[in-house]
Order: sequence, then structure tokens, then C-alpha cells
Amino acid sequence: MSRPEYQAPPELYYNDKEANKYTSNTRIQSIQAELTCRAIELLNLPENEPAFLLDIGCGSGLSGEILDEEGHFWVGIDIAPSMLQIALEREVEGDLFLQDAGHGLGFRPGTFDGAISISVLQWLCNADRKSHNPVTRLNRFFTTLYSSLRRGARAIFQFYPENDDQCELIMNVAMKCGFQGGLVVDYPNSKKAKKFFLCLFAGINGTESKPQMPKALGVGENEGDEPKTVNYSSERIQERNTKTKGNRKSIKDRDWILHKKGIARMRGKKGIPLDTKFTGRKRKSKF
Amino acid sequence: MRLVTHNMLQCHVRGCNVNNYPLQLSEVEIEIQETEFNSQFLRSMIRKLEWSALINSAREIGITTLPEVLPDDFDEDFLRNIHRVLLETHIQQGKMTCPNCNHVYLVRDGIPNMLLNESET
Repeated sequence: MSRPEYQAPPELYYNDKEANKYTSNTRIQSIQAELTCRAIELLNLPENEPAFLLDIGCGSGLSGEILDEEGHFWVGIDIAPSMLQIALEREVEGDLFLQDAGHGLGFRPGTFDGAISISVLQWLCNADRKSHNPVTRLNRFFTTLYSSLRRGARAIFQFYPENDDQCELIMNVAMKCGFQGGLVVDYPNSKKAKKFFLCLFAGINGTESKPQMPKALGVGENEGDEPKTVNYSSERIQERNTKTKGNRKSIKDRDWILHKKGIARMRGKKGIPLDTKFTGRKRKSKF
Repeated sequence: MRLVTHNMLQCHVRGCNVNNYPLQLSEVEIEIQETEFNSQFLRSMIRKLEWSALINSAREIGITTLPEVLPDDFDEDFLRNIHRVLLETHIQQGKMTCPNCNHVYLVRDGIPNMLLNESET
């Protein structure tokens, strides 16, 4: 798996070209949509109630569009100006902010009913500048996020951890900042469909009981259910090749030979062999 | 940026913890973009609003249609009015200044630049 966070800091990696590529790629679009839907499901918002949500690392607004469809109002932050420019061109509904999550969030306490973030946390674990310290940045981020969420709200982070240590580091910092919750791993036995969701609860609403950790997909009873992943485009090409390989008919069959011989006879050519039962047949391999 | 989001904003410079909202608006260009009216969402948002801060920010950009005190009962006219101010008024260009530390956040094309200097984080 390629890891863009190794190549450059996010604000430089997602330049105009890369941002365009990211947004127009249908494969990325469908993965983003799927992850966003799952994140919304994990948020466990009350039904038929429009919520005010925060999208951390909203990019070009791919995930925001899903939030719109669900009838929620959202605010998105991202550090890549090119991505935000594309979001503007796509006329997304939410408000956009150019912001570094590692600097902390500037929202009043209790603002949001929930927060989602798709494929962002791993970027925060990198020190892209001399002054960057991943732990303090994560700490600042989670502290400010905790205060900007309403009591009882959830924050769902889908991310690609580099290794177990990174997972542990992120969780430890989040717990220190007051969050409760843990990791939900969907399809843990599948290499391709395995997805990490960090589910954090910002305190407990007075009326509710202690929140239950949501169940992961593809574990226990559901094991063996084929995860609905997006097909690779290369597989489609292979499929087409196998279809045509065996069924291809030769053009020069018996009818074709008879037709050609007929034309030659009409033109009065001499020495045209007779039409027999052997015409157009294959010779035996022994011959 | 909609005014409702501006009402939720506070300065996030490290150490700037008191009197850090609302960010004062200046040199503002506003634009009205119509959206669907959703009274359920408005009712839930009004509870979160800092009313006096909203009145101040609205005045700074020349909107004086809001009542001085938040009424107890929300009728249709009031909700329509507040929908116009909160969700359809977008700040396209301008400056937001923190009343405490005087940090200036610039707004360009409706996107506020919330990035901080190294020394402020």
C-alpha cells in the first residue's frame, strides 16, 4: 500500500494536480462514500434530526456531500488549499476552513453534535517540520476537539495506522484528553477490506447509560460475509479477455471456402478442386 | 462562511483563553446564498447561539433586523428572519480579529485562513 504521508506534508502533497486526481477518481469517490456512510452509522445520531457536524480533513468535500444527503449541516476543515479550492468549485454546502488540525480547533464549547474524519489521523503522526512534535500536536487536537463537542457526542476517525504502536499512541493521547471509546476494526481477517475506525465518546449525556462500543463488521456471526469492496479496474479488463479467448470463431470455415470456390468457378477459373465431404476439414495430427 | 459558524468560532491561539470570541469582523463582503428552510435545525441551533455575540457581529456587517433580546417563543416570522441571517448570509471576504490577542484571521473566497504561526501554537 502506498502511503502519501511519507512523501510530503499534506498541504504540499495535495497540490492542484493531486487534488484534481483525487476528486475525479471514481474509485476513491466510492471508497470515500462507503467509509463516510459507515462513519455516519457509527456516529449513532438520533434519527430524522438534522445535526451540526464537523468534518476534519474534508478535502474536496466528497464526505461532505454524503452528510448533505443525510440532511446534516456541516463545517469542514482542511490544510490543503488546493483541495478546498476544488470544494469551492464543486459548490459544497458546508463551511470550509483552512486549518491545521495539529494547531487545535477554534470552536466554542459544545458546538458540534458529532465529528467525522476520513483518512486523516495518520497524517498527524508525522513531524513535517522541525517544530512539530506528533504527541503535542495530537494532544492539542484532541483537547480542543473534546471541548468543541457536545456532551454525549461521538467522534469517528477512519484512519490507516502504520503499526500497532501508532494506534496505541493515538488512543493513549485521546484517552488522556478525556475521551472514552476504542477501536473498531471492520473485516479484520481481510487484507483489502480491513478498516480501522477510532470511536471516541465525548463524555456521557446525563440521560443515557454508558455507551456501548459499536460492533465491527465481518466478525463473529457475520464472518464470511463478503465485504462489499470496490472492484479494481484491472480485473475488469482481465474478465473481458477471458470471455473472447475461447469462443472466437475462425472466419475461414467451410462456408467461406465454398463461397470462394463458387466465385472462382463463376469467373471461369480452371483447376478448382471438387467440393467433397473433406472440404474445409482439419487434417489429423498424424498426417 | 455562514454567520452561524462565525458565532461558533473562537480564537485558538495557544494561551488565548479568555474573552476570545466573537471574532470582530471588518472590511467584510457578504453574499446571500439561498438555502432550504429547516425549522427543526434552527430551533436546535438557537439554543447553542451566543445571542449578544450574534447581535454584535450582525451589526458589524450591517444587519439590524434582529431583536435585542432572544424571544421566548419562536414564531414563523422570527425563524424565517433568523434563517436569513444565520444560514444564508455568507462572509466572502474580510478580516476577523480576536478581541483578546488581536490575531487577524483573513477570509478569502469564503474560506477563513485559521493557520497559526509557529510561535502561536
